[in-house]
Amino acid sequence: MKDKQLSVSAIKAGTVIDHIPASVLFNVVSILKLDKLDTMITIGNSLGSDKLGKKGIIKLSKVFFADNEINKIALVAPCAKLNIIREYEVVEKKVVEIPDEIIGIVKCVNPKCITNNEEVTTKFEVVSKTEIKLKCHYCEKITNQNNIEII
Amino acid sequence: MKNKHLVSITDFSKEEYLRILELAAEFEKNPRQDILKGYVISTLFFEPSTRTRLSFETAINGLGGRVIGFSDSGATSASKGETLHDTIKMVSNYADLIVMRHPLEGSAKLASEVSSVPIVNAGDGANQHPTQTLLDMYSILKTQGTLENLKIFMVGDLKYGRTVHSLLQAMSKFNTTFYFISPDELKMPDTYKLYLDQLGLKYHEGKNLTEFLTEADIIYMTRVQQERFTDPIEYERVKNAYILRRSMLEGCKKDMKVLHPLPRVNEIHTDVDDSPHAYYFQQARNGVYARMGILSSILGVK
Repeated sequence: MKDKQLSVSAIKAGTVIDHIPASVLFNVVSILKLDKLDTMITIGNSLGSDKLGKKGIIKLSKVFFADNEINKIALVAPCAKLNIIREYEVVEKKVVEIPDEIIGIVKCVNPKCITNNEEVTTKFEVVSKTEIKLKCHYCEKITNQNNIEII
Repeated sequence: MKNKHLVSITDFSKEEYLRILELAAEFEKNPRQDILKGYVISTLFFEPSTRTRLSFETAINGLGGRVIGFSDSGATSASKGETLHDTIKMVSNYADLIVMRHPLEGSAKLASEVSSVPIVNAGDGANQHPTQTLLDMYSILKTQGTLENLKIFMVGDLKYGRTVHSLLQAMSKFNTTFYFISPDELKMPDTYKLYLDQLGLKYHEGKNLTEFLTEADIIYMTRVQQERFTDPIEYERVKNAYILRRSMLEGCKKDMKVLHPLPRVNEIHTDVDDSPHAYYFQQARNGVYARMGILSSILGVK
């Protein structure tokens, strides 16, 4: 079995986000605004397969996330795993959890919602986590898992 | 309730509803008082609505207040592309309270976040119309003597009808038993039925208008619209099955009332109009008193 370390090099300190389904990798980049970050980022996609099918991985050097920051990715990658690295060692492993509120990341599914017609930051209450259901703070309609569109 | 916004029917508690209904009854006895003298209230109707707007304007004028506003955004700078955000910010400099109706859902919520004065939602797209619900509740209370333990029949378009959804949310606080009568295409959505399940409230669902009708304390009629049907043949098949006729009301409880948010098209046959059960026109008049109650409690004058 190939060690994934052969495909992507190790980092000294930072965060590794693993088990990202390949299809949502760039959504994760969007959600975390990684394109705006200055530090060293390695993004690997369609790396080998495991139970999830093709997966992606993001390694961020010298970047550590607060829980409420990283939990946003649970919307698209609920099984993502985090490895916190210090001195080349994994010092902590975490899983992501869907937060209770989502601000500014998801588009409301209702075309007649004010957020789709004027400059308004979207805001949702997560009313179901097992099968993701987001209730729009403005129009009160539910955006389902399969309708989630990352802004 | 002073300075609170009324955007959604869920914004107010059961006690707050009851307080507004108490005030509505006082205003019905005494509909000309000067308690809003000196107040300037804005009615911003971004889409037309003669009945609701006139009802609010009557409520305001009847209590000595003055109205500024518009009844059609075509004549305003909204047609130049001014955002709702900017319009509300501007008008909250002029008026003590804003009543608004807008075609987009969530518009009233946004307004409440931007405005420095209270917002009363007079209808945001297909979402909420809380003042209609309050006048419906006032009508129910007046005719039944209580809001508790009633059997309320909701008929017609239960899928898209904002008035029935809102009435359900409000009346669910009073141990109501609901009866949902609609074509299959327009059934009450699951979210509302689950909500009732969580509260332990019983409800019945059926397609047949005449079944169980003698049990009703209130029959709330709504229109079945052709546009809502994906299959036009299905519409043709059911369109006449939800028309209430006088003959169907035989054997109904003496105080049972038929309500309708209006405008009525053909879903209540005109032969019902002079039956003692018909209440839909008085219901519209109750709108003035309910709105007087809402405005005076939000402005803190009562």
